[in-house]
Amino acid sequence: MLIEKHKDKITEILGRYPEKRAALLPLLWLAQEEHGHVSEAAMKEIAGVLDLTPPQVYETVTFYTMLNRQPIGKFHIQVCRSLMCALVGTEQLLGWIHAKLGIKPGQTTPDGLFTLSQVECLASCGTGPMMQVNDDYFEQLTQEKLNRILDDLKRDGKSPLATGPFMFPVPQHMNR
Amino acid sequence: MNKYEPILLKNMMQPGYTGSLADYERAGGYQALRKALGKIAPADIIEVVKKSGLRGRGGAGFPTGVKWSFIPKDHRGPRYLICNADESEPGTFKDRQLMERDPHQMIEGMILAAYAISTLIAYIYIRGEFVLGAKILENALAEAYRAGYLGPNILGSGFALDIYMHRGAGAYICGEETALLESMEGKRGLPRTKPPFPATHGLFHQPTVVNNVETLANVPHIVNRGPEWFASIGHPPKSTGTRIFCLSGHVKRPGNYEVPMGITFREMIYEIAGGMRGDKPLKAFIPGGASAAFLTPEHLDVKMDFDSLAQAGSMLGSGGVTVMEEGTCMVWAAENLLQFFNHESCGKCTPCREGSLWLLQILRRIEHGHGRQEDLDLLLRLCGNIAGRTVCAFGDAEIAPITSTLQHFRDEYEAHIRGQRCPFRPQPVADLITVGH
Repeated sequence: MLIEKHKDKITEILGRYPEKRAALLPLLWLAQEEHGHVSEAAMKEIAGVLDLTPPQVYETVTFYTMLNRQPIGKFHIQVCRSLMCALVGTEQLLGWIHAKLGIKPGQTTPDGLFTLSQVECLASCGTGPMMQVNDDYFEQLTQEKLNRILDDLKRDGKSPLATGPFMFPVPQHMNR
Repeated sequence: MNKYEPILLKNMMQPGYTGSLADYERAGGYQALRKALGKIAPADIIEVVKKSGLRGRGGAGFPTGVKWSFIPKDHRGPRYLICNADESEPGTFKDRQLMERDPHQMIEGMILAAYAISTLIAYIYIRGEFVLGAKILENALAEAYRAGYLGPNILGSGFALDIYMHRGAGAYICGEETALLESMEGKRGLPRTKPPFPATHGLFHQPTVVNNVETLANVPHIVNRGPEWFASIGHPPKSTGTRIFCLSGHVKRPGNYEVPMGITFREMIYEIAGGMRGDKPLKAFIPGGASAAFLTPEHLDVKMDFDSLAQAGSMLGSGGVTVMEEGTCMVWAAENLLQFFNHESCGKCTPCREGSLWLLQILRRIEHGHGRQEDLDLLLRLCGNIAGRTVCAFGDAEIAPITSTLQHFRDEYEAHIRGQRCPFRPQPVADLITVGH
């Protein structure tokens, strides 16, 4: 399935490396972008493309926290729990999310929209508390801002409060 | 305020600067490449970088030009350059800004580095979470190809280079350069035993140089303005140039600040970052990312350079400075960091894999009021059995929060054990904080 649909893309990816196995992470990303997770069927398919055994693919998949082996909610909320964010409000943020969505880390809302995870440092330490939702970063969160973001996501599928190209602090002369 | 003239952050601080190729060229971008390609011999570029004193900005601080010079000159097969954009050290968020706001600065540095070590292929290994950064770099690479800065015959010099993006997928250890190589080869990111070093046996067993984003971003400036200029900035001879320090925690103005190396932590925390939030007293700070030992207010006049921090018993590391105010529980802080290290231990070496969990369990019981009198000696004994007994530096990193907080705040640990509770935190929100993996 994956191979037929993305034939050209896969050829292009393989062309970047002198050894086939190096294309493993890019192909796993391709599978996850397609289905939201990496199924065992996709792993077998990828193993075939790269002349690997399925266990060789599986052992790699299980090493990386971003690769989901099970389907998850449409929006994957990942809250940074490392010290720098914890100093400025990880616990509060988890509390606000719980108040709004009724879920704790590891849980998914009954409508299948939101899955909540705690993750380690996302390189956003000066702008905590923060979370990543799918591809986007949301930083300097307050309860009000969080609620707006979750409402935006539910209604529009995205939120304008996501961080753009990162610079912090923004120099005063640019802040006009 | 930060009164120092920025080098790496200069462009992006100009109003209207977008980081596009046109903006970068208008700001003098790609002039170093024009100056060097075909006009300065690759070996001379290496000499220039050696002379500048530039050292790696990722954490280890190895001299960049020396690293480049280790690539065997007579090697016949391919060789590789990798930009380490896996920025994952807790407390560090500078590379993200360099990539997203001025991507061509780093790319020009990569092309110069590739020319110096005569490679035809380079990769950018970027952490999987940086989706926006990866898109911005993809666009910048496409611009560079269209303008002839990348491809088969760069600026008509005959030098050829292709740069490819390679996304990680969530693993701190992949910032360690040999784990990064394993990861790039499509495997679990387990660090390799050294020697052999990547300079001779790196990616696909070929000679390889791995450099951090900020390190590479410095290279165009060094080529443009000369090694003497660079070596005059900072705290020569061992700490030349600027560093982008990432301030986090309880300061009024957290964020990225580029300063010449060698200013004091007092100036950084109290002047540049605006002082302590709510003007509370400072209790402790981590000077160089989660792997660096905690320091205390008595270290405020330590200079922010490689040697001064080593003398103070910590390290400059990745430049992540995390500031903690009075009232922050040091046992809680150490427990938080050990949860990080336990989660991120790759599992290859037994002392680190098992030790990080044991350390975490002991810290957790102390913090949660179940500590035992003998726990402190047990912690130290465990730390002693991890340090220096692992393939990579992760083992030394994971004990730093414990040995340093025990050194400076032993009475706090004892108060936890004596009182059978945390004196700072009324009741941990245990049901919201999950345990282990």
